[in-house]
Amino acid sequence: MSTDEPTTDDVTADDAAVDDTASDVPDDEPILSVDDVSVHYEPGGIVTRALSDKKVRAVDGVSFDLYDNDIVVLVGESGCGKTTLGKTAIGLEKPTEGSVKYRGQDIWNSKENPRDADIEFTEIRRAMQIIHQDPANALNSSRRVKAILSDPLKKYRDELGPKEREDTIYRFLEFVDMMPPEDYAERYPHQLSGGEKQRVALGRALLMNPDVILADEAISALDVSLRVGMMDLILDLQDTFDTSYIFISHDLANARYLAKRAGGRIAIMYLGEIVEIGPPEEILQNPTHPYTKVLKWSTPTVDPDVAKQRIQEDPPVREVDVPDPEDPPSGCKFHTRCPEAREVCTTEEPERYETAGESTTACFRALETHEYWNSAELADADEDEYDAQESAGFGD
Amino acid sequence: MAIGQTNQSTADEETDDADEDIVMEVDDARVQFGMSRGQAWVLNDVSLDIRREEILAVVGESGSGKSMFAAALMDAVEDPGHLSGDVTYYPREEEGDDSPSADQIGSYDTVGDDAVDVLGMTDGELKNFRWEEVSMVFQGAMNSFNPTMKIKGHFHETIQAHNAVLEDRMEHVRDLFQALHLDPDRVMNSYPHELSGGMKQRALIALALVLEPEVLVMDEPTAALDLLMQRSIISMLRELRDEFDLTIVFITHDLPLVAGLSDRIGVMYAFEFIEVGDTRSLLKDAAHPYTRALLRSVPSIDSDIDAMQPIEGARPDPVNIPTGCSFHPRCPIADDRCEIEDPDLVSVDDDHSAACFYTDQARGELEYTLDHGATED
Repeated sequence: MSTDEPTTDDVTADDAAVDDTASDVPDDEPILSVDDVSVHYEPGGIVTRALSDKKVRAVDGVSFDLYDNDIVVLVGESGCGKTTLGKTAIGLEKPTEGSVKYRGQDIWNSKENPRDADIEFTEIRRAMQIIHQDPANALNSSRRVKAILSDPLKKYRDELGPKEREDTIYRFLEFVDMMPPEDYAERYPHQLSGGEKQRVALGRALLMNPDVILADEAISALDVSLRVGMMDLILDLQDTFDTSYIFISHDLANARYLAKRAGGRIAIMYLGEIVEIGPPEEILQNPTHPYTKVLKWSTPTVDPDVAKQRIQEDPPVREVDVPDPEDPPSGCKFHTRCPEAREVCTTEEPERYETAGESTTACFRALETHEYWNSAELADADEDEYDAQESAGFGD
Repeated sequence: MAIGQTNQSTADEETDDADEDIVMEVDDARVQFGMSRGQAWVLNDVSLDIRREEILAVVGESGSGKSMFAAALMDAVEDPGHLSGDVTYYPREEEGDDSPSADQIGSYDTVGDDAVDVLGMTDGELKNFRWEEVSMVFQGAMNSFNPTMKIKGHFHETIQAHNAVLEDRMEHVRDLFQALHLDPDRVMNSYPHELSGGMKQRALIALALVLEPEVLVMDEPTAALDLLMQRSIISMLRELRDEFDLTIVFITHDLPLVAGLSDRIGVMYAFEFIEVGDTRSLLKDAAHPYTRALLRSVPSIDSDIDAMQPIEGARPDPVNIPTGCSFHPRCPIADDRCEIEDPDLVSVDDDHSAACFYTDQARGELEYTLDHGATED
């Protein structure tokens, strides 16, 4: 496998993130490098598309790198583009702009110009797998577990005979704690519990010996008491198989558990952008982006005294509803809801800034000297426009 | 506010009617389904009182029978399920008058002076009872509205089906929308697809309350929503309860969600309540091993991740519920007695009871921590 192609030839305007990787991990090549990626959709049918240039910016200029044995948890509200980003990162979705590189090889170049590629597209395809949210729909209900698991083996490891294939399947069922494997292999999906189905899906992804697994809300459909168990299994298997994960979650508490146990990072997404990325403790104990603070505030706590008190508080946003992604706000996209927003936020878009710790954030407040600190408070200067928005979005 | 109804407001509902004023009483409710493998019990002799103007959270994992409990409250168990036992509804007494509000419930079969036997109602009575006395909000608001009808149409249809005065009710809807932070003009004239999930869910709550029911049953009402919207709706529910003197039964799998909302929590496991108690007491010092294990398995953003543990074992099969205490196969402190004898709910603290023989031992041996501090022994 070729790992000799550095990504330095592609330093663009968004060089903050690239610099960061260069300085942090000097001799470690990322497995997966997402560079200034945007995914735009054109809504409507063919006529609407021809007549308007409206675009939904599902992902807008996102960069991050994934290393060996790494884990990045994408956290955000629904519609923030976390699934689109995840799918783009593993090559299921083609980015409108920017590039996704697997071990230095541009994924879409490899597919479209196979002759110039150092790594074949089928090899890339095998190296990146996905686990879906709902295991009930991810497994073919009319086939036995054994048949479900033998398909990928037949395609990618056709040197195996029937007996070897069966042994491999049993071995992987053991890896995902499905004992005895001979029994589970003969079952249909409806004879498995939700947790067992999800473990079959995990086993199926691992069969390909992938380098990266995208787990899209992989534990949300499970019972509360089983979620920690599933996350532990994922982490144990990460040690066994040296797999990196892109984990998608809307729950900050689960994100923290995973990222902390694996020594990974949490990336907070808002309207198609990563607004803050860093180690879990830093993101949660010392959030620099106001949106991260909002997410932290909204995560329910089980302590009844704290919860009782919090329920009386007003949310730390100026508006509860998310703006229309077809028409995102100018400047910093969060300024319409941000309690700290000032005049400059409505016009100037923040870049990614380093914080005192290891995280990067997309907020002017991370800079000690910035126009922001001299800018006028937004509430007064911008009242008219804001009132109009408020009555439209959240009227009373 | 409402016309034609005296709107009494009890000042300190949390303390005043804690022991006395019961709005619904469920007694030995049992739901069984005939399956090819045998009889499945999906509600197993459940008895619980719901107090007037309380917020009762019913917490359980999937397949614990919590939605079946909600259906039993309204006699809405679908065929071939069969519901037996008693569900009794006590209408609010008119202020300064001991008789029931006859205009509302005159047509029902009454078992006592003022009690209504829900399971004995005819179809017509049941139709009025639902929505006018007890109404329900289901999960997944996206699918509850008719996509070809404006929101306004849903309200009109409901009001007319119950022969209420349209203008009065729509007046009330404006109050409800106010409390739910919705813009009446915009929302009423929209089709469901034009609203966000959070707006639809709030509109649905308003629709459930349009006929001023006493009791609002909500089944995972915030499950499909974003965290922030979830939090906002939770806060609004508390305000709604205070403003409209509601009783709310909130069914969820998410224990942290109701920690700040509910007055009492009932924890369901294997189709029955295994622990019921005052929210603070139950969360701070749970007495049942299952509740303690559940609290230990819920990740939160402040807790110690090394202390977290999943619950070993699988949830029980409704056809084959374990003998004795249904939790004994997964319980770390179970012994022979637990395998044979089924524990009843017994009081462990003030307003807190648990169905376990060894609550002291559970509290002593099974540790868990809440977010911001240690639990008591």
